[in-house]
This record gives sequence, structure tokens and C-alpha cells, in this order.
Amino acid sequence: MSEGGAGMRIDHPHVGVTTAFLGMPTFQQAAKESLNDPVQRRNLAHATGVIREKRAAVVGELDNWEELRRAAEAIKNRALFSLDDYLMEFEERAAAAGATVHWARDAAEANRIVVDLARAKQAREVVKVKSMATQEIELNEALQAAGIDAWETDLAELIVQLGDDWPSHILVPAIHRNRSEVREIFLRQMKKVGRPAPEDLTDDPPRLAEAARLHLREKFLRADFAVSGANFAIAETGSLVVVESEGNGRMCLSLPKTLVSVVGIEKILPTWRDLEVMLQVLPRSSTGERENPYTSIWTGNAEGDGPQDVHIVLLDNGRTEVLADEVGRAALRCIRCSACLNVCPVYERAGGHAYGSVYPGPIGAVLTPQLRGTSSEVDQSLPYASSLCGACFDACPVRIDIPSLLVHLRTRVVDEHRGGVPRPEAVAMKAAGWMFADHRRYEVAERLATSGGKALRSPLFGRREVLRQLPPPLNAWSGARDVPVPPPESFRSWWKRTEGGRHEPRCAPHSSTETPSGQRTSSRSRSTEGE
Amino acid sequence: MNAREEILGRVRLALADRPGSPEIDWEYGRPVSTGGLGLVERFAERVADYHAEVEMLDREDIGPAIAAALGDARHVVGDRTLRESWPSGAELEWLDASDLTSAELDQVDAVVTTATIGIANTGTIVLDHGRGQGRRAASLVPDVHVCLISADQIVSDVPEAVARIIELGAQTHPLTWISGPSATSDIELSRVEGVHGPRTLRVIVVR
Ligand code: SF4
Repeated sequence: MSEGGAGMRIDHPHVGVTTAFLGMPTFQQAAKESLNDPVQRRNLAHATGVIREKRAAVVGELDNWEELRRAAEAIKNRALFSLDDYLMEFEERAAAAGATVHWARDAAEANRIVVDLARAKQAREVVKVKSMATQEIELNEALQAAGIDAWETDLAELIVQLGDDWPSHILVPAIHRNRSEVREIFLRQMKKVGRPAPEDLTDDPPRLAEAARLHLREKFLRADFAVSGANFAIAETGSLVVVESEGNGRMCLSLPKTLVSVVGIEKILPTWRDLEVMLQVLPRSSTGERENPYTSIWTGNAEGDGPQDVHIVLLDNGRTEVLADEVGRAALRCIRCSACLNVCPVYERAGGHAYGSVYPGPIGAVLTPQLRGTSSEVDQSLPYASSLCGACFDACPVRIDIPSLLVHLRTRVVDEHRGGVPRPEAVAMKAAGWMFADHRRYEVAERLATSGGKALRSPLFGRREVLRQLPPPLNAWSGARDVPVPPPESFRSWWKRTEGGRHEPRCAPHSSTETPSGQRTSSRSRSTEGE
Repeated sequence: MNAREEILGRVRLALADRPGSPEIDWEYGRPVSTGGLGLVERFAERVADYHAEVEMLDREDIGPAIAAALGDARHVVGDRTLRESWPSGAELEWLDASDLTSAELDQVDAVVTTATIGIANTGTIVLDHGRGQGRRAASLVPDVHVCLISADQIVSDVPEAVARIIELGAQTHPLTWISGPSATSDIELSRVEGVHGPRTLRVIVVR
């Protein structure tokens, strides 16, 4: 359980994610509306289409793409199959280079480590490079609970964080915002939290980007404490790698005095030269570029350059359980490129939110239930969130056979369930899963699931409660978006009150989007994850 | 049991089936074809493809080229060689990054660095922040980055670059790979160059 998890809690072991998933009706309603909105659907299809084309073009330039994929697969397998040795090697090398290495069994432990470090440095705010691992553990919430502001620093994050009117923009928040909306948000909100937008701001994208540059630069220049994830952790040298586009990563990695990187244990690569494969397949698969604008690699601390106090938190949080499944462990090869999302017809239709996890799309459907444990009844529907068309496998740079994994997980779900009476959550989850097979079933799921809404106070808007669980398609791996939190009613109490949903008026407006300040209705012991 | 022991124990338990270490069927460090173009030409083409500016010139033309690349920049960060060899009386004020705080760097107009490696097929420059390059913040905070690279530093593709970095013993230095100016497509999917990194990247290839 996460620390600071006082307040209401539903009594399931994996509440954080459970709650997110149970919060689906609101999402589904919004998704349904969005899907019925031809403009938004076109935007969504356009976005995935653009990336698909770019990817195809840069992949087509290489005559050895298949060879690269096989090498990438073998490298990740080699790391995973001797993970204990490589983790110890990584720890030793990173420590020798000046980093302090911490180990975290679960989210709560990782959060505690980061919060304690921030407190020890008397940091009142931290700048963050977007990172799925920190989304997974809900680090921002933990920092917030400790009175520390966490600033996400990529542009899409900024637009969404500053905007205060999300409900109909769930699927593609930052893409969906047109330029004049972005301008208006910047003008109205930047001054409340830092450097104001220039008064003569126009809706020209370069001008808007400049406003973001100036606004965030103030934060970069004064921040003493940064938090990042990592795309790769190299055992041989103890090095970490962050791949990015905007330069906010470079800012966070080189200006503050203290840097803490939260790194899933599956990020290990055996040797430094393995980067020659990974740095070819990742940018091409991810943003469809030959190489992304910026890649930063660092090893411990460097004298006179960048953070001198460097920490690495090696995070398990369910990964060892995935590793224990001889078939399912393939999902740990994932390098979070999001190629599988962009080719998935189910994803394009349902949107990222429907997966109820920071890991959406095909990979989310295999990774999320494994990380959370299929013995929990919560995610048993996810393996059904696919038509098994196989496009994801073809796109995957580390050759994760997602369709076969889905089938494997379905078998596990069935086996683990034999003889037991499903709990209400499981029923709700199954109902939610059906919607992938038939759109009309949205209604079923809507009525079945309700929310124990996870209350996260937005650093920007005080009492406005937000829920950070809805990755959009385009930046699906890169940022949680804020949407209003569903009311803080636990699934169980709702179930009782409405007799299993039968007395719940369909599409009833939620009476409240707030919970008492600071109250958390969920915590997360294990969950899904990030880069 | 502490977290470390417990996690390592869980890993060992998870690997109880003792999967064999797979062969990696890949020959590391191989040169890659640059198509019909030579290394330098391919590099220049790909750098330009990112909308960075690139020019090729001979050694004796470096001075004027840097001056031109700096435009009307007045406060410029550069390494000692540049600072000392620049003709006196010029309107430029050269600064040493190691004397400057981040906030002071923010007031600087431009930075001139060398590079460690250029990658032809991807149009990437790699800095290892050694001599001539300064600490990472120095090539990040100023808005204009002029980068000098010599033709013999250019390799075909990522595999050769990685091999060269290891050869130089630079793999544990802080490294920054730069492929064009920083960019975002977060506003209406339209690509905007320059968010947080230098918005102008000028690469000068010295033959
Ligand atoms: S599973 Fe999906 S996100 Fe992960 S590496 Fe494969 S294609 Fe990329």
C-alpha cells in the first residue's frame, strides 16, 4: 500500500489500478461520445496514420530490419535470462561511478525512497522527465502528499496540466486542443503558476512553443531536484539512457544538483554496445525517426558536469512475477516504443483509456494483467481486449508475440478461475472487456463498473481533483493526462447501494468531482508501468 | 530481508527453469552503406533533413564561418582554443562556461562546441563533453549551438558510432546525441523546431 494512503480504500489488494479501471464508466461515456464525434475520430485516425506512415518509411530504408529485430529480441532475452547477475553488475558499476543505487520491491517503497531523498534535500519542487515507471508508481501523488510540487515538463503535459476543461477531450488531449485553445490556456493559466505567457502571444505554434519554453525555463533554472526514468540501464558500465525529443529531458538531467532515476529492473541491457541495436530500433518504431532529437547517456556523476548527487531506484513492482511465467516473460522485453498501439485496430477504436492502465494498447493488454497478477480478478478481461489480428507482433521491434501471449493469458485466467465464484469486480471487468467485441456492450460495462476515484490533487488547481490514468494515443507511452476524478464511492459500496448496478440510472451525472482535500481513495501496491 | 536480497531472490526463483543465455546473431560495429553518397555528403544531407543548417568548408575558412554562423550574437561560450585564438578587437565577448551558473548561461547568446562523432545516415552529432565541448548545460541552455565537426569524425551509422565511442573510452562520459534541433509535434501535430534545446543548430563540417 502506498504511504499517505489514508482515507477511503476499497478492499482489493491491487486497488490503484482496480480503481482506475473501475472508474471506467465516466471514461467510457466520454469515449463513446468521442467515438461518436466524427471530427475527433478523424483526428485520432489521422494521428496514428501519420505515425504509421513515418515508421514504415524509416523502417523501409533499412535492408536488415528483421535482423535488427531478432538482435533486439535476443539482447533483451539475454538480459532477462540472467537478470540477477546483470542487476548486480549494474549496481556495482553504477555505484563505482558515483551513483547511489536503491532497490524498491513495490511502488510504495520506491515512492518512499524518492520522497525521503527530496525531503533530505529540502526540495519544495521537482522537475520531471516524463516516465512511465513514475506514472506506474504514482510518484507525483506521493510527492504531492509530502507537500512537494512535481512539474512534468514535456509540452503535451504542460498543455494538459494548464488546461482546466478536459471532459470531452479525453482521447487526444494535446492533439485535440487546437492552437487557439492552447493560446488561451497559456494566457490564462501560466501566470498562476509561474512566468506568464507574453501578452502578445499569437496562436502560431512556434510562438506557443516559445511561451512554453520561457515558462518552463524558469522552473528548470531554479530546480535543484529532478526525477527521471530511463529507457535503458547498461549492466556493463552502470550507465542510464534517456531518449527524448524536446530537450526537457536534457534540462532535467543536467541542470539540477540531485537526480533520481526510477528504473524498472527489466530495463537492463547486458553491454554498452547493445545500444547500437536499441538506438536503431527504438526511434524508428516510436516516432518514426531515424534518430530522435536528443539521447542522453550518463554514468554515475561526472565531475563538474550535471547533478553531483545521483540516485537510481531499481524497481520490481510485479516484474519478477512476470519473469516467473515462462511464456509471459516475453512482455518484459518491451521497450515502450508504442508501435503496437499505432497499428492496433482495437486501440484506434477504443482509445487508450479503455485499458485502465498507464500501459494501454496491445502491450498493456498483456503486461498490465501480469504486473498486477492474474490471480487478482481485476484484469482478467484485458487478455480479451484484442482481435488477435497480429499487426502488433509484426510491428514490435523486440518481437513480442502479443497475440500468443494474449491466448496464453486467457488460459491462465480460465485456469485460475476454475471452481471459484468470480467476485463482483471480475464480473465487471469481464463486462468491460466485452465492449471490445461489441460496441453496444459499452452500456453493460457502464452500468456494471463504478468508481472509487483516485484522488490526486493537481498541483495547479488546488482542490480540483484529477485522475491521471488516461494515456492518449499519440503520446501514449509518454504522459498521463488529467481528467476529472469520478466520485469517491467504492465499488463495493456502490454495488450494494445499487444492487449490482440495476438501480443505477444510466449515464447519471456524477454528483461531485471532488473529494475532501488530501483524501486518497486508492493506493497502489503493484500496477502497470513506463519507460 | 532487505529489498535488494528479496528482489534478487525473486528473480532467481522466477528463473528456476534456467533458460539458457541466447545467442545474439548480430555482428557488432559493422559499417553500414550510405547509399550513393559519401559519408560527409550523406551526413550533410541528413542534418539538413532535420532543418539544421550545415556547411562544409576547409580548415582555413573556419574563423569566418564561425563568425558568420554566430550572426549578431555578442556573448558566446567557447573553449579556450577559440577564446584565445579569436582576433582581438572583435565585437564578440567569449565566455568560459565553467565560470557561469545556469542562470548566467541563460543570458548567453550562443555556444560553439566541437563534436566527438558524426553519424552520416542519421544526421546525428555526438558530444562527450570533453575538450572543446564544455559541460552538458553549456550546449543546452544557449539558444544557438554552432557545432564544428571534422570530416574524419563522421562514421556511417549507429553501429560504427557505438564502436568508436567504446574505442575512445568515452562510453562512461556523459554523452549527448543530437539529431537536429529539439522538436515537438504536440500542437495540432505540426512540427515545431525548438522547444527547450537550442532552437538553432548550425553544423560546420571541416574537411
Ligand atoms: S510491445 Fe509494443 S510498445 Fe513494447 S516494444 Fe513491442 S511494439 Fe513497442
